[in-house]
Amino acid sequence: MNEHVLKKRGIISLVKLRFGYDGRHRTVLNDLSLEIPPGAITAILGPNGAGKTTLLHVILGLLSPRAGQVLLDGQAQASLSRREMSHLIGLVPQAEYIPFDFSVLEYVLLGRSPYLGMLEMPSEEDYRIATDVLHSLSLSDLQHRAVTELSGGERQMVMLARSLAQQPRILLLDEPTSHLDLSNKSRLLRVLRQLAGRGVTVVFTTHDPEAAIAIAHYLILMREGRTLASGSLEDVLTTDNLIATYGTPVRLVHVEDRPVVLLDEITL
Amino acid sequence: MSTSDRLRPSFTRLFVWLGLGLLVVLILSIFVGRYPAPYWMPPRLLFQDDMAQQLVLSLRLPRMLVALLLGMSLSAAGAVMQMIFRNPLVEPGFLGVTQGAAFGAALSILWISTAPLVIEGSATLFALLGMVLSYTLARHLHFGGWVLRLVLAGIAVSALFASGNGVLKYMADPLTQLPEITFWLLGGLWGVTWTDVAYIVPVVVPGLIVIYLMRWRLNLLSLSDETAFSLGTTPGRERSILLFSAVAATAAVTAVGGIVGWVGLIMPHIARRICGANAQYTLPAAMLLGGAFTVICDDLGRTLMAGEIPLGILTSLIGALIFIGFMLSSGLKVRT
Repeated sequence: MNEHVLKKRGIISLVKLRFGYDGRHRTVLNDLSLEIPPGAITAILGPNGAGKTTLLHVILGLLSPRAGQVLLDGQAQASLSRREMSHLIGLVPQAEYIPFDFSVLEYVLLGRSPYLGMLEMPSEEDYRIATDVLHSLSLSDLQHRAVTELSGGERQMVMLARSLAQQPRILLLDEPTSHLDLSNKSRLLRVLRQLAGRGVTVVFTTHDPEAAIAIAHYLILMREGRTLASGSLEDVLTTDNLIATYGTPVRLVHVEDRPVVLLDEITL
Repeated sequence: MSTSDRLRPSFTRLFVWLGLGLLVVLILSIFVGRYPAPYWMPPRLLFQDDMAQQLVLSLRLPRMLVALLLGMSLSAAGAVMQMIFRNPLVEPGFLGVTQGAAFGAALSILWISTAPLVIEGSATLFALLGMVLSYTLARHLHFGGWVLRLVLAGIAVSALFASGNGVLKYMADPLTQLPEITFWLLGGLWGVTWTDVAYIVPVVVPGLIVIYLMRWRLNLLSLSDETAFSLGTTPGRERSILLFSAVAATAAVTAVGGIVGWVGLIMPHIARRICGANAQYTLPAAMLLGGAFTVICDDLGRTLMAGEIPLGILTSLIGALIFIGFMLSSGLKVRT
């Protein structure tokens, strides 16, 4: 990894971002300004269609904003090369359709590509890093299984492993817990905690407040391409904010000193 | 060292065997044919009979070489397109390439010239035109992902050329031109000379080299755009480089050999069955298998009967049988 990237801390600043898809008048992100702190977990919470995935794709550089800019450690994202960007940011997409039955190890190995030239093959060292990542996530048993045959929970963990083999300073995850059962969910969230503990900036989107409450240090509430509130979890997580975000009556209660979001009783 | 040795799968032995197998096929092909008697020419004749020498040097060798390049190109192009289009049922004729080539050949037979080189030139031109049209059309569609747009554009352009082909066949002289067009459409390597080799090598060899060198990268490009992008690729550009190489090679060999089906569909499947999904190994395996398969089919075509059996008929027949076998043994993994 080059020195320049190692020195990066992983601060993401969004300055007056505006984005709309080609050929459509409607904007998905509306003058969004944010600061995402380094080495911590930030959850982006909001209802379906709030622009969460679009925001991740703009941070990643996959989509170019109509106006405004993304700064990574104060440097304009647009000025970084594809290679520099891929050393810096990893992405775990919400779901990935993989049409060919790669083995888990082969799939995780693809995470090494930012460090390989266009014509280069993975080296022994790349294989070692990939197996170490699998080991650290207790996935060694799956190594030779076909990715296409995994359960939803295993798949999510394997996608995470692929991103970790990339050794990014910033990890973006799109709805990482949406298809997971309780035990897989807590397993995944625990791994994210450990990553933040090692200084990785973790940003994940979710429409489920429970996942955000469980691990996030910072919370961003989004609705219709705008931020309604952002700041530390304690400050932002209020009943009023949640009602404004979801547009439906919810209640925040505390169970054993931990906040829990409840849907208000549904009456007909 | 010892642990990583176990980690990285070793296909060295497999490739040595595949390479040896191909070599044996090529050597045997020199002696298979209908001279001096059906099926087999004793090797010693090569040193005694001038006619045998001539036959091998100016007919069998260029023909074998073209069959080899044809098989390798179609298999490599098939593997590339299946991975890039993320669809294991795609074959190299996609994107209007095959139908474009057929149209170009028919056009030349009908109105320009029946000289082989002219037919080939026209076929290549229209094959590339087919690709350019598909690509341009795909860029102008305003819905769906890149892959879907390309597939749809390819289907539409193929249909255009196919109907154009129908018109040409309808207009062709049924006694002279129509048989020639039909024979060309069936695919075959009769009358291939060193000129044809010289015609395809400058296109096919660089194309195959590019594909071979980018074979690991191909894995990445089979992932979704967002993932491929996050891993540092420029998906659109890199896919275009690979597609262009695949299509150029396919266009050149199709121009010489006519429409040879199923090789590009089946060989990548067999290769994946042997080596797994990783294109680092699947791609060279498919190329070696496809080369050997096509050379064998061409041997059969020129040997079995007194008249030549068009190569395209044999590859389709054997390819379809293999495909059915695959489906029955659930070796074909297609998820819907």
